[in-house]
Amino acid sequence: MSVFWSELQEYFPFLLMGAKVTLELSFISMAGGMVLGFLAAIGRLSENRLIRWPLEAYVEIWRDTPLIVQLLLIYFSLPEFGIVLSGFWAGVLGLTLNLSAYLSEVYRAAIIAVDPGQKAAAISLGMSPFQVYRRLIVPQAFVACLPTQGGYFIALLKDCSLVSFISVNELLRHATIVISNTFDSMNTYLMVAVIYFCMSFTSARCVGWLERTLTPARRKKVVIKPIMSELAEEDKTL
Amino acid sequence: MTQASAPVLHLEQVYKSYGETAVLRGVDLKVFQGDAVFLIGPSGGGKSTLLRCINFLEYPDAGTITALGEKLCNQNRTHFEIASEKTLRHARARMPMVFQQFNLFSHQTVLENVIEGLITVKKIPKREAIILARTALDRVHMLQKQNHYPDQLSGGQKQRVAIARALAMDPPVILFDEPTSALDPELVSGVQTIIQDLSSQGLTLLVVTHDPAFVQSTAHTVCFCGDGYILESGTVNEIYGNPRTERVRKFIQSSGAHLT
Ligand SMILES: Nc1ncnc2c1ncn2[C@@H]1O[C@H](COP(=O)(O)OP(=O)(O)OP(=O)(O)O)[C@@H](O)[C@H]1O
Ligand SMILES: [Mg+2]
Repeated sequence: MSVFWSELQEYFPFLLMGAKVTLELSFISMAGGMVLGFLAAIGRLSENRLIRWPLEAYVEIWRDTPLIVQLLLIYFSLPEFGIVLSGFWAGVLGLTLNLSAYLSEVYRAAIIAVDPGQKAAAISLGMSPFQVYRRLIVPQAFVACLPTQGGYFIALLKDCSLVSFISVNELLRHATIVISNTFDSMNTYLMVAVIYFCMSFTSARCVGWLERTLTPARRKKVVIKPIMSELAEEDKTL
Repeated sequence: MTQASAPVLHLEQVYKSYGETAVLRGVDLKVFQGDAVFLIGPSGGGKSTLLRCINFLEYPDAGTITALGEKLCNQNRTHFEIASEKTLRHARARMPMVFQQFNLFSHQTVLENVIEGLITVKKIPKREAIILARTALDRVHMLQKQNHYPDQLSGGQKQRVAIARALAMDPPVILFDEPTSALDPELVSGVQTIIQDLSSQGLTLLVVTHDPAFVQSTAHTVCFCGDGYILESGTVNEIYGNPRTERVRKFIQSSGAHLT
């Protein structure tokens, strides 16, 4: 046991460095996936087939092939076309594109689910389609699919371990290096599992908090919330 | 009512089909400044479709619609032309619609709902918009609920906020599609009184309703819409007391609202 503790002290910081890379991969890919996924969702709702069909193909391709194959393809074949990406950025690219395909489906469903009556009300006030999106559809749809997005983030966090195959020094790869030194695979993988659990658990809590914060008071216990600071000021003066 | 001036709203031979179903089959309608025009008629007769076509939530297939001095769509012998999106949006903001199901923005408070059109569409600075919104909310007696969310309001309160949201735009015309049909009976009169007040303050109203008492208390002009066109129009007394067509007479009788 004492051997384990001294090893832990020695290698734990190294594992954490790997975890940091895993988090970086996750956050960048999540941001990219959200932006691309949203654009793909809007495009797929377009009435123009020339926009819709290619995007439908895009979504299918990324969903119907294994992520690991996608990552290997990007990492090993892009250089053939003169695009040389580091393992990290190849990983970000693969994860982003893969995630955007899944998220576009989530967003598309959430956009469709926004009450058509409220859309009609927004249009009847004279809003442009862009304004309807910005002021009504996005705020409602984004909050509605927060839990699902949170689920995808946690899946992404764990999928990052696949990037170790394209020699990115993230958590799992660091673990492999540790094991080649200590030959203690059980304890090392146990530590890795604990670190993954902590990251995922924290993310889940954060998403839960975000959801509660962004959901209007109607679903919360709190009844009234002054929404605009200016308003609160004015109320005092009235 | 100055019948001599041009109508605020003028529909000529407006057609609209959904696939095979011809819903509007040549609607002619004139609404003058300050008028309160009530559309009555059987369910499925195309009243909602007519309102939605005037607001261009649905695009008509043929006909000419002139609203507030602008041609929104134009039909000549060979061509049917719809005005630019920008023209349509401008017109919508000046004749907003109040819906049966209220359709308040559920992620926003009452006040946010009412300032939304002012800020987003009319580009009025927020501080000013808040003042205008509060005036509108005060007119429908909903100022005290300004920080509530729609889900925390009763049906009648929601509808009053929806009216304030339209009213805040300072429109010359407001369109109402069965504003009280989704309300509990005891909440109906509150909303109807507000609409009545708007009419007496000079607003031009186009109202669809199934409530004969509401028509008789508030309408200046009654139009009977059945089979996709306006079968008959006239004053309350003409339509309810002495309808010209058999069809309208039967409808009035079956709704138990004929004047004796
Ligand atoms: N989006 C749509 N697609 C297809 N058919 C429609 C659509 N909207 C309305 N209709 C049809 O058009 C006809 C007229 O409908 P509309 O809602 O205008 O009637 P209405 O006079 O408002 O009736 P009610 O008094 O019940 O509200 C109905 O037969 C309806 O089925
Ligand atoms: Mg209707």
